[in-house]
Amino acid sequence: MGAFIASRWADIAFRMYQHASLVAQSVLLAAVIAVALAVVVTSVPRLEPIANAISTIGLTIPSFALLGLFIPLFGIGTTTSVAVVTFYAALPILRNAVVGLLGVDRALLESARGMGMKPLAIFLRVQLPLAWPVILTGLRVSTQMSMGVAAIAAYVLGPGLGSYIFTGLAQIGGRNALNYAVVGTVGVVVVALIADAVLALIGRLTISKGIRA
Amino acid sequence: MSLDRNERQLFWGIPVIVVAGALGWVLWRATADLDDIESRQLAWGTIGTLLGQHVVLTLICAAVVLVIGVPLGIALTRPGIRRVTPAVLAVANAGQSAPVIGLIVLLAMAMGFGTPTAVVALSIYAFLPVLANTITGLQGVDPALVEAGRGMGISSMGVLLRIELPLASKVILAGIRTALVLLVGTASFATFINAGGLGALIQTGIALFRFRILISGAVIVALLALLVEWLGQVMEMIVAPKGL
Repeated sequence: MGAFIASRWADIAFRMYQHASLVAQSVLLAAVIAVALAVVVTSVPRLEPIANAISTIGLTIPSFALLGLFIPLFGIGTTTSVAVVTFYAALPILRNAVVGLLGVDRALLESARGMGMKPLAIFLRVQLPLAWPVILTGLRVSTQMSMGVAAIAAYVLGPGLGSYIFTGLAQIGGRNALNYAVVGTVGVVVVALIADAVLALIGRLTISKGIRA
Repeated sequence: MSLDRNERQLFWGIPVIVVAGALGWVLWRATADLDDIESRQLAWGTIGTLLGQHVVLTLICAAVVLVIGVPLGIALTRPGIRRVTPAVLAVANAGQSAPVIGLIVLLAMAMGFGTPTAVVALSIYAFLPVLANTITGLQGVDPALVEAGRGMGISSMGVLLRIELPLASKVILAGIRTALVLLVGTASFATFINAGGLGALIQTGIALFRFRILISGAVIVALLALLVEWLGQVMEMIVAPKGL
């Protein structure tokens, strides 16, 4: 195991970077989409149950099934990986963003408007900062979930550590099979732990001082 | 248990989606012009076998998770053992970020290919929601009620069975439903270690690059997962005690 890691260190580090990068980009994309959707949903009350239904039903669909459904659309490779990871990442963020935005006291929005703030400024400077802790919790849940989904997405030649797991599976009985599978699996856990720590740090830095617990 | 508006929409919406999806697929299968390979892979008998394997695998794992997870959760909330609970949950949480496919492959190396390995791997994976929700549910029971029960002379076992578990049942059942949905989804990876299930269609579809096989597998797995989610909701309504 030690020799395996030593001889492939550069490749392992690159795969970890790829894995983290795939998840980070997908979660970021998902966050933009989900928050935008949440803004629409919260301004039209009738849409809220639909958003909840989409989250519930979407999270029910198995990742391997979604991978199957996306291959005809996006082909084999990175695009499909990004699409699958983004889809799952968006759902917890959407749910939390809706809860967070609805949780902002109406009176605060009213007073912001009374002070002469424009709608965009109200959203960016009042509503979003107040909803941010809840949205960030959604981001953390999404990121953890995406780590596993990204590993599965490697089955269609996506980037990242999942390919080590599938190489291990393909070579079972071979000399390095166990090494590949262990490095792939443990590597994902390590990347997940680092990502969660980074998000916790981002939370400390970005959650407005006035509402920090 | 009364449903709020959201839950009611889903409660009626999901069966409609599942029935419409299933009917749509069956109609397509009955009328589609398939080539040799496709009609062999998508033969009614084959689909039935794979569906059966998938459901049986899910049910066995669910039973294992229930029989171990709920009692362990109960034990971890009893006085005396309670102190180690945060440590157990922390370890279980960290383990949860391990990708399920990695777990399956590693166990296959240790135990060989086949259904027993799949059962162990999937059960480990679906174990956490049941354990965590059992603990959370029991911890959420008002200690005054437990105290009152004890004061009325009910034994600690009686308090557990007649006060604590009924009051915690909603949270525990939600954990079981989460585990069931996870299991249906992850059971599609069982095919990688020759343990059967509907994942075989997706795997074959990708390997042969036949979209019809691939999408059939994906659609059937997704419909099955939705059906299980819905059955979980029904179970919650039936089992949850009235008056909560």
